[in-house]
Amino acid sequence: MAVTDIGSAPERPGTVVCPGCVAGSGAGEGPELAKDARILLSLPTIHCAACIASVEEALQATPGVEEARVNLTLKRASIETSPDLSAADLIAVLDRAGFEAHELDPGALAATSNDKLGRDLLMRLGVAGFAMMNVMLLSISVWAGADAATRDMFHWISAGIALPAIAFSAQPFFRNAWAALRGGRLNMDVPIALAILLAAGTSLYETSQSGAHAYFDAAIALTFFLLIGRYLDHRTRAVARSAAEELAALEVPRVTRLTGEGQEETVELSAICAGDLVLVKPGGRMPVDGEITQGASEIDRSLLTGETAPVPCAPGDLVQAGEVNLTGPLVLRTIAAGRDSSLHALADLVAVAESGRAKYSSLADRAAKLYAPGVHIIAVLAMAGWWLGTGDLRVALNIAAAVLIITCPCALGLAVPAVTTAASGRLFRKGMLIKDATALERLADVDVVVFDKTGTLTQGVPVPMDAERLHPDQAAQVLALAQGSAHPLASALAKDLTARGVEPAALEDLREVPGYGIEAIFAGQNLRLGRAEWVGHEGALPDETATWFAGPDGAVPVALRFRDALRDGAGKAVADLRAAGLDVQLLSGDSAAAVSALAHEVGIETAKAGVLPAEKAAHIAALSEQGRKVLMVGDGLNDTAALAAAHVSMSPASGLDAARVASDIVLMRSDLTELGDAYVTAKRSVARIAENFRLATLYNIAAVPLAVAGLATPLIAALAMSASSITVSLNALRVR
Amino acid sequence: MEVLVYLIPASLFLGGLGLVGFFWTLRSHQYEDPEGDSRRILNSQWDDRPKPDGEMDQEGKP
Repeated sequence: MAVTDIGSAPERPGTVVCPGCVAGSGAGEGPELAKDARILLSLPTIHCAACIASVEEALQATPGVEEARVNLTLKRASIETSPDLSAADLIAVLDRAGFEAHELDPGALAATSNDKLGRDLLMRLGVAGFAMMNVMLLSISVWAGADAATRDMFHWISAGIALPAIAFSAQPFFRNAWAALRGGRLNMDVPIALAILLAAGTSLYETSQSGAHAYFDAAIALTFFLLIGRYLDHRTRAVARSAAEELAALEVPRVTRLTGEGQEETVELSAICAGDLVLVKPGGRMPVDGEITQGASEIDRSLLTGETAPVPCAPGDLVQAGEVNLTGPLVLRTIAAGRDSSLHALADLVAVAESGRAKYSSLADRAAKLYAPGVHIIAVLAMAGWWLGTGDLRVALNIAAAVLIITCPCALGLAVPAVTTAASGRLFRKGMLIKDATALERLADVDVVVFDKTGTLTQGVPVPMDAERLHPDQAAQVLALAQGSAHPLASALAKDLTARGVEPAALEDLREVPGYGIEAIFAGQNLRLGRAEWVGHEGALPDETATWFAGPDGAVPVALRFRDALRDGAGKAVADLRAAGLDVQLLSGDSAAAVSALAHEVGIETAKAGVLPAEKAAHIAALSEQGRKVLMVGDGLNDTAALAAAHVSMSPASGLDAARVASDIVLMRSDLTELGDAYVTAKRSVARIAENFRLATLYNIAAVPLAVAGLATPLIAALAMSASSITVSLNALRVR
Repeated sequence: MEVLVYLIPASLFLGGLGLVGFFWTLRSHQYEDPEGDSRRILNSQWDDRPKPDGEMDQEGKP
């Protein structure tokens, strides 16, 4: 591994930058200088050989690109470029070629880009597999009748192959077992390590005494099968982790800072301190907590509070990190950044909620707790019995080794990872990312589902309701006005009216008044589209998202109301979950009217409006105290505490980073259709795991008496081990 | 039975070659994009001649 890394280092200009040089180059410019000339892009839409070829060709044809390589498994492209080429240039190139691309922050991906542990496990698996095949060949000759000197020679060769292979391959088990023993605990790895060591040790002794039975094949096969389980387990988690990291990496932490001379400079978020002036463009998310010093705009707080209606803001107002700036550019004076910002303060709330969550012990842990002592007791009893009965320690030790090998937790070691791998794979293909190893088991226990409204059941995108009632002339004027702004309500109106075939009217002097609306001159008369009081209407509609249109002078302003569109499949998801016998509830920070309308639309009976973040968590805690198991689905900062307090939690990929971190399952697609299937899959996986445990126990019940009675030969041990491992794996595949 | 003196080392050697081959594939990052690699075979680029030097090495890949 070291050779490879050294060999490739000079090809990456980014790694050549030495920390000393950066430190010596003066403060403030660090991020600029350390800029990696390797760019990572996420390509969510690529799916075939033609996509790979067109993306690579388009990139390679760009001047300045040295090397471009697409990874289809991760849907990513990594590009080596000259330092003057930026990610935005390449995104434009790909956009022209017809591919959607997003920049990824290589820093956030560093942990998984180099999967050392996975390769290490694969290497051990390869060695164990090689040794097992060779030892098995020799063992077959022994079982077929080789005896005397030939048998001894075969045993010695087996020992020569198996012992070094075990010493290398079984290290993960030895390490885990040692860690558990030192901590005064028993886990699954203790009997595994003991079985491997005892089998190898007694076999070596038997071989030196020209004994008939040697278990080298069993010891190495045990290692091989268990490493498969370990590797599957690792892979499932690594895939989920890298996808979760990719979501985080999509938010490249760069901020536009204003220097004393009024110059704009782009810096890393971590470089911002209290007192710095930060520019937030329309559509951008507030990177810090701060006070507005310049500009007027409207801000979207839905991720923090669940309210859908935009809030106007002006100089002097305070904003929090995570809110989205909608209309005009804002200059903020930073009050708190990074660790001190309200976004991070929320992490503390999550930590408190998590410690309250009862520590869940996984099915595998519970099985190990029963299994490990049981096996040790049987082995010790068998050894003691045979020692007292025959007075021969050698025979007694052989019997104990046979018992440990026969009861080998091969099937138990595969029972859980094989099923979770199959189930996670199935859900991953349906756009669900299982972040936590025990999430499926916990999901299967659930009896109440609590949804958040804004951004979870709904898309968080407004849809106009009154557009069809507009007079054609009015519609043309509204469209022309709406096209002049990037405000979400304006762009929703523009999109809707364009889809209805409306042609925009010819307007003059169109201008946007940040925080208020858009105005223009039409045939010498003033038109306005925007906030109620600004267009001349007294009193806004209560509890509704609306904008107002003031037609040619003198006309009464017209209200254009909006509703928040449901996510695709939300109704089906609720219906599926209810059909599966679950209680479905809705908790939202939004107004009562909006909440009850939506609850009625998707068919939820229990709905609560105007709920504060702490109340959400309290509601979940109250349900848990009644002994109910809650699945919380939410996306915003106001949901994070509730997500952490719930038995198991989900959040959509569009949610805030904090919400995704707090949840066990991330929904990668925008529709919710498969939510019901996730529950069914979880139920089925747990049923398969239980079946696998029963199958493994059945094999043990049949084989242990043979081992205790001293009738087990290495052949029987090998048969029992392979047969149980294969049945367990095949059973797990039924989940797919 | 004397033939075993040649056959066993020969079989171990051949198996060992396979193992070394596996190590090589592992070290040259050949399991990082199984899906993409299985589709690249359909790509007609470099069908007529091998990819020129400098881009040959697998390790250059990040």
